[in-house]
Amino acid sequence: MFRNNYDNDSVTFSPQGRIFQVEYAGEAVKQGSVVVGIVSKTHAVLAALKRNAEELSSYQKKVIPIDTHYGVALAGLASDARVLSNFMRQESLRERLTYGRPMNLSEIANRIGERAQINTQQYGRRPYGVGLLISGVDRNGPHLFEFQPSGMVNEMLATSIGARSQMARTYLEKNLDQFADATKEELIKHALSALKDSLSQDKELTVDNTSVGVVGGGDLFKLYEGQEVSPMLASAFGEGEGEESMEVDT
Amino acid sequence: MNHLPQAWGRPRDDVYGAYNASFLPQDGPKQHTQSPIVTGTSVVAMKFKDGVVVAADNLASYGSLARFTDVKRLRQFNTRAVLGFGGDVSDMQHLDRLLTSLSLRENYADPGSSGDETDTASLDAKNLHTYLSKVMYKRRTDFNPLWNHILVAGLDDADKPFLASVDLLGTTFSAPSLATGFGAHLAVPILRRVAPDEAAAETLSMDDAVNAVKEAMKVLFYRDARSLDKYSIAVIRKDGVQLKEDEKLEGQSWAFAETIRGYGTQIH
Repeated sequence: MFRNNYDNDSVTFSPQGRIFQVEYAGEAVKQGSVVVGIVSKTHAVLAALKRNAEELSSYQKKVIPIDTHYGVALAGLASDARVLSNFMRQESLRERLTYGRPMNLSEIANRIGERAQINTQQYGRRPYGVGLLISGVDRNGPHLFEFQPSGMVNEMLATSIGARSQMARTYLEKNLDQFADATKEELIKHALSALKDSLSQDKELTVDNTSVGVVGGGDLFKLYEGQEVSPMLASAFGEGEGEESMEVDT
Repeated sequence: MNHLPQAWGRPRDDVYGAYNASFLPQDGPKQHTQSPIVTGTSVVAMKFKDGVVVAADNLASYGSLARFTDVKRLRQFNTRAVLGFGGDVSDMQHLDRLLTSLSLRENYADPGSSGDETDTASLDAKNLHTYLSKVMYKRRTDFNPLWNHILVAGLDDADKPFLASVDLLGTTFSAPSLATGFGAHLAVPILRRVAPDEAAAETLSMDDAVNAVKEAMKVLFYRDARSLDKYSIAVIRKDGVQLKEDEKLEGQSWAFAETIRGYGTQIH
């Protein structure tokens, strides 16, 4: 029933020095659908592939706006992402109320990292089963942070987490030198291309399953979903693809 | 050690009698500050073209006694904000501690991209004023106010001059020229003559503003019995803070006093 005796809780080391519960939480992130984040010198972009449980159901939310200057994309347990994003919203609001300024991104990223790490170190608790990409613009410019259930937080130029995300990261590594000076439109194009590379063969990006979050250049964080992403898909992959044209009676 | 005097006793109660505890507070409710004890008087400040000038004298009074004559009531927070404290000095010292820990926290969280240790500008004057207004309002809501009137002078996030006040009730107010305490009555009209509104302050030169503030400090020394001719003055501009803490009022003329009966030393 159990893989071994050392994965019952998050406070027990295996003889090899591993903490299996934390590793399983990392696996939960890899089961989630893929999300991509990229930053340029001026902008930060999140792109995500949404999944629906069945044909007729709605799609699971993947990009969550937190404050006007940043948002997160999630891979893994959506309910854990809800807890973390509520916490981030609360902290961001508190920062605005007490100091009248937007939350610093490295600050909030490290704060949820701290929270997640504590969950791996106390008996009776469990690690979060979600990975986040935290992306936005603060007084030091655009930022992208990768958060893992282990509590690890890293600042990235571009990264991807979730199922088959290695394919997306390969694309990002190949095109890394173009990101810094890219325009907003080019950055979105790169994010969608990276996202597309990670798809399995029977899938494609459509207006229904694609979410894009953009912030930078003086604009506030904006989440694009549904018909709003169709021009982005069109410019990334050419007309026709990605967008299912509506059938009309003639 | 038991710090409550009524428990101290005497070495020979049979000789000296028991400790007289009648002046000590009898059992009763815990009391908060009902009035300030050691106080600083006016703080005077004024915006100009590309910065703010703020001044306060170096006196801390114990009632009408000029008790401490080298108390620095201007506090530089970072390269873009200076605070001026009027009112209770011990509450000022409490706020000073609070601001020191805030500043430490800020510098650990975000040392700034420049890598320069002195560039701790992650909190600008506006942020600091917002924070202080919350602290002051919290304390008055607890019926335990910090008995101060504070001027926050500096630059906002767009490097524009910023000047605002917060008092013991948490009331905030902003104007091109501000003063606390006695100065609110005496200095403000003098400063407003130099720059009546924001538009005038935006064209005012630094020298004119500094001179106007010095003039106001002088008039305050003439007419405010709780003031001193030793003062501190700070100028906050984009290129940093210039703080002088040991200035002396210049060009005093007490000729007017001789004609006023009951004013100053009367020989006849």
